[in-house]
Amino acid sequence: MDNHVPTQDSIVTVHNLTFSRGEKKIFDDISLEFERGKVTAIMGPSGTGKTTLLKLIGGQLFPDHGSIMVSGRNIHHLKHDDLYALRKRMGMLFQSGALLTDMSVFENVAYPLREHTQLPESMIRTLVLMKLEAVGLRGARNLMPNELSGGMARRVALARAIALDPMMILYDEPFTGQDPISMGALVHLIKALNTTLGLTSIIVSHDVHETAAIADYIYVLSEGKVIGQGTPKEIFDSPSLWVQQFMNGAADGPVHFHYPAKNYMEDLLHSEKPIFSRQRPPSDRTSKRKRYS
Amino acid sequence: MEFFQNLGASTRSSFTKLGRGSYFLVHLLAGISSVLVRPHLLLKQLHSVGVLSFLIISISGLFVGMVLGLQGFYILSRFGAEETLGVMVAASLVRELGPVVTALLFAGRAGSALTAEIGLMKATEQLSGMEMMAIDPIKRIISPRFLAGFLSMPLLAALFSCVGIIGGQLVGTGLLGVDDGAYWSQMQANLDFQGDIINGVIKSIVFGFVTSWIALFEGYDSIPTAEGVSRATTRTVVNSAFSILGLDFILTALMFGDN
Amino acid sequence: MPHNKTQDTLVGLFVASGIASLFFLGLHVSNLSSFSHGKTFEITARFSNSGGLKVKSAVSAAGVKIGSVKSITFDPKTYESVVKMDIDAQYKTLPDDSSASVFTAGLLGEQYVSLDGGGSDDYLKNGSKIEITNSALILEKALGQFLFKSAEEKKGGDDKKGSSKK
Repeated sequence: MDNHVPTQDSIVTVHNLTFSRGEKKIFDDISLEFERGKVTAIMGPSGTGKTTLLKLIGGQLFPDHGSIMVSGRNIHHLKHDDLYALRKRMGMLFQSGALLTDMSVFENVAYPLREHTQLPESMIRTLVLMKLEAVGLRGARNLMPNELSGGMARRVALARAIALDPMMILYDEPFTGQDPISMGALVHLIKALNTTLGLTSIIVSHDVHETAAIADYIYVLSEGKVIGQGTPKEIFDSPSLWVQQFMNGAADGPVHFHYPAKNYMEDLLHSEKPIFSRQRPPSDRTSKRKRYS
Repeated sequence: MEFFQNLGASTRSSFTKLGRGSYFLVHLLAGISSVLVRPHLLLKQLHSVGVLSFLIISISGLFVGMVLGLQGFYILSRFGAEETLGVMVAASLVRELGPVVTALLFAGRAGSALTAEIGLMKATEQLSGMEMMAIDPIKRIISPRFLAGFLSMPLLAALFSCVGIIGGQLVGTGLLGVDDGAYWSQMQANLDFQGDIINGVIKSIVFGFVTSWIALFEGYDSIPTAEGVSRATTRTVVNSAFSILGLDFILTALMFGDN
Repeated sequence: MPHNKTQDTLVGLFVASGIASLFFLGLHVSNLSSFSHGKTFEITARFSNSGGLKVKSAVSAAGVKIGSVKSITFDPKTYESVVKMDIDAQYKTLPDDSSASVFTAGLLGEQYVSLDGGGSDDYLKNGSKIEITNSALILEKALGQFLFKSAEEKKGGDDKKGSSKK
């Protein structure tokens, strides 16, 4: 399984990955490549396990089958110390920002530096201010995380993620729940960081347009499978009805607006015998559960 | 049939949980050495675990001592043995009430706060975030809190007993007219350092260990949602209370059994 | 990491008061202060009945506690109770013909050993044996004897032989 040879320039290679949570298969034998120095996006509706994929790449979860090679090493076969050494070179931006709530903005950004380096205080100060300047929040250094707006918190978290000058950054839904201005700021930042710092970016998102604007390559996931991949243009021109529905945000299409149910009229006219019956009809369980996102 | 299946499943899941908890304990104990080189982490937690419990412990101790003084006096005076009020107050505080009531209050005050804090850190991905920064959250977040709880408990229990003994004296000698000298001398003559004080301290150390472990594990193992964290907080208080009272019985049987 | 002075002070106060409480319990509440670990010497006494005496029961002279019972064993040859006592080393001028008695403090109180001084010029030292002992008063026995005697006196003591034991 490990004899898969990654393409020359891919920093992360996901090979035949299968992962399930309980009964539900979240990934079913998928293979992905993430090229060095590029922005690669993974898109799909909510609940397709995009965050799970990032946790798998970060080595926080273990796959059932298949392998994930990060920088040429199988992340799930690394020893604790090696894994932590590799993680120092990976930044991850969580959806909530995941700032430590009992520290100021400055201390949050300084935290990985203090933990992993022996730099003198003056040097740490310079570095932190540089990182905060890069995300435009140098003036907010003395605020506490609960005084920040969602967009600012995410930018601080980004400054923290680049504090150790990582080789790649994993973004978990960076645009969700942002107003247009902070969204624009984040789109700009991610692109700018990628080019100026020579980072590799992996973005997990369902915000089609923002992601398409900065991604070099896109994978579209649904039901644990890759259902479309290519450059943003190729994806927009994809013949797949499903991909079309997702990219254009149509209410009905291959993914039905309605959760599977029996005939509407029939349902209205005949009340079910036991209203509080806990048993679901068996058909319900086997039918594909598709949710509209 | 279904009953037995459920019973089997829940037995199995509680063993699984115990297994996870034990692994967690080993991990956090291994992290203690790294706390010792970062004393500021410990100081901060001693503040939130110990100092913030100080007031509730001393006030409760005072009232428990005063009640013991009253009740003890009424019973002892029937046998003409008011002189031994000091012994009764001190022995019940040092042997039982000090360690047990302190541990129960501690579970309610500090333990539930610890669970909620860790659960919220988990829900807001702070623990995950630290892991991805290559910082072990058990070493930096859990171990200092554990050590603080473990160290605070004997101190708080001793404080509780002392304040209680003084409360008993206030009521006994101040209000009810027991001789002050008899209160103290009877106490000193009948309480043994090894058998009473040290055993009481050992109890509170054991309770501190168990309560901190339960509180931190419930937080760490909680389902990272608002509901999950609130359930975990309840479980901390309930499980701590059971463990404290159960262990108290075992420890009492071991320590005072041969007297 | 910037230190919070007030917080450090509060933690300091907390730890100090906790440790002070432990000291208070040790020194003021328990018997630690009364020569638990001071120098002692050991003496032995044999009683035909040591009653409710226990290890750590007090040994006193003229009402003052001067030591404690170290061990109580039964000698299967002489059917006696062998009581070893630790006496505080400062009381080294107890005459070696002192007598030991097991008394009860109050009607229902704990039992203790009382040493009553003799007239000898030699003193008790480590390993000494006390020869003159008075056993514990067993309430049931005493009551039994009392009732028996009064019954005898009434009847004039014609047919029953009342043999009282020591």
